[in-house]
Amino acid sequence: MPKVISNERISRDFWVMRVAQPNEARMGQFCMLRSWDRYPLLSRPVSVFDADPGTLSFLYKVIGEGTALLSRCREGDAVTTGRVLGNTFPLVSGRIAMVGGGVGIAPLYLAAKTLKAHDPATTVDLYLGFSDEALLVEEYAAVGDRTTVKVGGFITDAIDPEGYDCVLTCGPEIMMRVLYEKCRASGTKLYASLEKRMACGFGVCLACSCGTTAGRRKVCTDGPVFPAEEVF
Amino acid sequence: MGPAVDFAGVTMKNPVVLASGTCGFGRELQGYFDLSRLGGIASKGLTLNERKGNEGIRAWETPSGLMNSIGLENPGVRGFIEKELDWINGHDVANIVNLGGHSIEDYLEGIALLNDVELDLLELNISCPNVKQGGMNFGIRTDTARDVVRTLRGICRHKLVVKLSPNAEDVVALARACEEEGADGLSLTNTYLGMAIDIERRRPVFDNVYAGLSGPAIRPISLRMVHQVAHAVKIPVMGIGGIATWRDAVEFIMAGATAVQIGAATFVKPDLALDVIDGIAAFLDAQGISDIAEIRGIV
Repeated sequence: MPKVISNERISRDFWVMRVAQPNEARMGQFCMLRSWDRYPLLSRPVSVFDADPGTLSFLYKVIGEGTALLSRCREGDAVTTGRVLGNTFPLVSGRIAMVGGGVGIAPLYLAAKTLKAHDPATTVDLYLGFSDEALLVEEYAAVGDRTTVKVGGFITDAIDPEGYDCVLTCGPEIMMRVLYEKCRASGTKLYASLEKRMACGFGVCLACSCGTTAGRRKVCTDGPVFPAEEVF
Repeated sequence: MGPAVDFAGVTMKNPVVLASGTCGFGRELQGYFDLSRLGGIASKGLTLNERKGNEGIRAWETPSGLMNSIGLENPGVRGFIEKELDWINGHDVANIVNLGGHSIEDYLEGIALLNDVELDLLELNISCPNVKQGGMNFGIRTDTARDVVRTLRGICRHKLVVKLSPNAEDVVALARACEEEGADGLSLTNTYLGMAIDIERRRPVFDNVYAGLSGPAIRPISLRMVHQVAHAVKIPVMGIGGIATWRDAVEFIMAGATAVQIGAATFVKPDLALDVIDGIAAFLDAQGISDIAEIRGIV
């Protein structure tokens, strides 16, 4: 089983866990994590925050019993990551904005790194919104070109999608819906990473099924990333 | 011999079946293990017409359990026949097609369509708690279930397994009624009607208020019902309810089940059924048992 390399508390409720795990994880994907044996019953879907071929990192918020157990892991503890699941953000280039809210900032870190590595001419402006305390601002600033942070209020007030070739987002649904309306008004393409309750993560339970313009889709296997116009 | 079983005339290489609603039509699992190792696959519950399923929260974890209110999202019988049937039949597993309905007419039309295709067992779902009309309502009262099975048995050309609800007023009487009306086998239990409340929002978690509970939390109660029913009928029984290890499966077999279905546990470990299959085989070997029937119903 994969072993925990580090599990660091970065704020009152947020943690970053690094796990030794050979992988080919790409931006936007997630794992079904568990650090316990049989109870709680289900594993927890957690976005990949960062990855290299030998390690996976997860930024997670302690919300309930499962994430509380994850937060108690120490270096060397065994965890189960399962397979890296889900689709990815598109490999877009040009002038890119990324808008994250709360724990929704998690997949944007690897996304920013990936797009910059893919095309050094690409610019990535990061917009990070938090309800009470900013997280990892320096780390995000290091992978983007310009970082805008908002604590309290609405991060969507801080962005004008006009002039961006593409916007990627992850966070509360209401935030993404507002952003979608702004992007639609400016004609800017928006991709949204959705968060839904999942029991399995690999497409059989249908707990995360959502309506799209292309019919019912599973957030776990058809997503979590969707063109915003298909889901909002 | 060994772990192989005969269920109502259908030979299965082992008694382990993936339960309806927890394995799709098997496609999503093929990347995790060789599906042909299974005894059988019970399809996602079908309805005559395509269904989108329920809105709102669809899954909610409970102590050792899982509540769901998926609401039979499925491609409909025709969609299944067109897109999934050949694929399932292409694997060496018992193909168990689960059929639900909102009315007798739905069931009749669905069965008529399925009469023309190849499958091993038709699992009649009269026990889904997550649809507003039909579903579990057919499987609560013995006289209603009797009428349904009698009507459908009359036109169904396949072996008919009736999936029973633990919410039945008298599950043993209901099981006997199904047997008397010509059911070839029984499977039990479906999920238990439950409820969860979001105390911050002061409202039920599920749009339908009530939902179905599964997982290890229900196992002792399902085991008891399987024990009662298997000892009361002559037709074979598939035991379902929170099976998560081979030991759980052996308990159900000793209680009288000819086969077992793995449900929510697949969500946690996609290839868990293989652990159960291998564990049963190792147990039989260790006990010097040449035919699993030797331990069936011994308790």
